[in-house]
Amino acid sequence: MSILRILGIAAVASALGGCSSNWGWYVVNPSTASGLSNLKFLLGGLYYTIALSVTAIAISITVGLLIALPGLAANRALRNVNRLYVELVRAVPILVLILWVYYGMPQMTGLSISVFWAGVIALALSDSAFEAEIFRAGIQSIDKGQYEAAHSVSLGYLDTMRFVILPQAIRRILPALGNQLAYMLKMSSLVSVIGMQELTRKANELVVTEYRPLEIYTILVLEYLVLILLVSAGVRWLERRLQSDQSR
Amino acid sequence: MNPQSATPIIEISDVCIFFGEFQALKDVSLDINLGERTVICGPSGSGKSTLIRCINGLEMHDSGSIKVDGELLTSSRSSLRSVRSKAGMVFQQFNLFPHLTVLDNLTLGPIRSRGLSQKEARDIAMHYLERVRIPEQSSKYPRQLSGGQQQRVAIARSLCMEPKIMLFDEPTSALDPEMISEVLDVIVELANSGMTMICVTHEMGFARKVADKMVFMDFGEIVEMSPPKKFFENPNSERCQDFLQKILHH
Ligand SMILES: Nc1ncnc2c1ncn2[C@@H]1O[C@H](COP(=O)(O)OP(=O)(O)OP(=O)(O)O)[C@@H](O)[C@H]1O
Ligand SMILES: [Mg+2]
Repeated sequence: MSILRILGIAAVASALGGCSSNWGWYVVNPSTASGLSNLKFLLGGLYYTIALSVTAIAISITVGLLIALPGLAANRALRNVNRLYVELVRAVPILVLILWVYYGMPQMTGLSISVFWAGVIALALSDSAFEAEIFRAGIQSIDKGQYEAAHSVSLGYLDTMRFVILPQAIRRILPALGNQLAYMLKMSSLVSVIGMQELTRKANELVVTEYRPLEIYTILVLEYLVLILLVSAGVRWLERRLQSDQSR
Repeated sequence: MNPQSATPIIEISDVCIFFGEFQALKDVSLDINLGERTVICGPSGSGKSTLIRCINGLEMHDSGSIKVDGELLTSSRSSLRSVRSKAGMVFQQFNLFPHLTVLDNLTLGPIRSRGLSQKEARDIAMHYLERVRIPEQSSKYPRQLSGGQQQRVAIARSLCMEPKIMLFDEPTSALDPEMISEVLDVIVELANSGMTMICVTHEMGFARKVADKMVFMDFGEIVEMSPPKKFFENPNSERCQDFLQKILHH
């Protein structure tokens, strides 16, 4: 419901804006042929924005979990592996990482990489350090008694994690994971610099030909807004579902 | 049953456990025979939990040796697994899995570590839920149950592993008074069925009823070990006399 309300406010605001001489909404007016094709052009970036973010978050959650586990080990060397990874990866700005993966890495490996996968790798890598910290905190918040109970019914480490600890930890970190997805959607705009045809790149290209940055970037803002509101609605729905799971 | 003739199912010899500088167990030796029911009591911090927890490897002993049903307890994975499958543990705080239904709490261990099928595990679970008298709660989640019911589920969960020994660490001390007896009744019934058990508790009425052997601990040592009659009427040590006086007269 909140999504509709915010969109309503945005629509009213833009309608008012349309009266002023500063605005030129004709550029994306769907009732004209050129406006409609411009709008379609802008929305054409949705696919890559979503594909980039979803692929990257899937990878970064997996990598983050794998990095979090040694961070919880009793063994100090293992914990240091976790620290080193987190500190190192967290220190690199995402934009720098994108440039490095796309332009730098092929020189090192001799293999060229597509824009899409360069974007996915850079986004996933940089997000994985944060996911690792989120998982570590989530797993650490589970009571020691849960491990002991799992051990006392003879579960090994992997089964204990899979059936007892992670299901509880993930419920607790769900809001944080949702945040990371929202963050990822926004950060994917940076992949436009290496030529990914996602939302921001499309908008940039249209601005160059139409020269209406105000309207086009306003549309861009709204596009991200809708995506992120959808993510938070989705996370809240999931939270409610998992909650009712336990108290039905 | 004649305990003297049997070989002990649990042999604890000269076990020491340190937490940093602090020594929680000091050269503890204790033999438990098959079918024997042992009650451990003693003041807070005396090492009761540490002792019972080291029997299934939740605490690792720093020296001495522990044998459970012939198996030497070491920190190796296979030793831990085998010892834990022989000795079930019931905790003061129940430690049920809150995200799983009662039935799933009970079947997880049997399916994953005993390799039973869903159906076999389910049948065993229902059997033990009936024994602890709450079969009708099988599809509920732990938080929907009272404390007494939760602890009975926890007992059933341990029993589903079909252990030879049951370890109880103050199973009733987190419960409201009106729920204590429903849990103790279940444990008494289990004791009468011939289960080998060690129970840390301060419920002395219960101890008199079921114990074959009473153990009193203080400062990480076993101070007194005797049959209940002697233990309650005529304990050797002064510390044990003091302790009994305090808990029996309040
Ligand atoms: N993990 C641990 N780290 C440090 N010290 C510990 C640890 N576990 C227990 N201890 C200490 O060891 C001593 C014995 O603890 P234990 O839990 O065995 O006592 P207890 O007899 O069970 O007491 P209570 O009746 O309060 O449960 C206590 O002084 C306790 O503070
Ligand atoms: Mg204790």
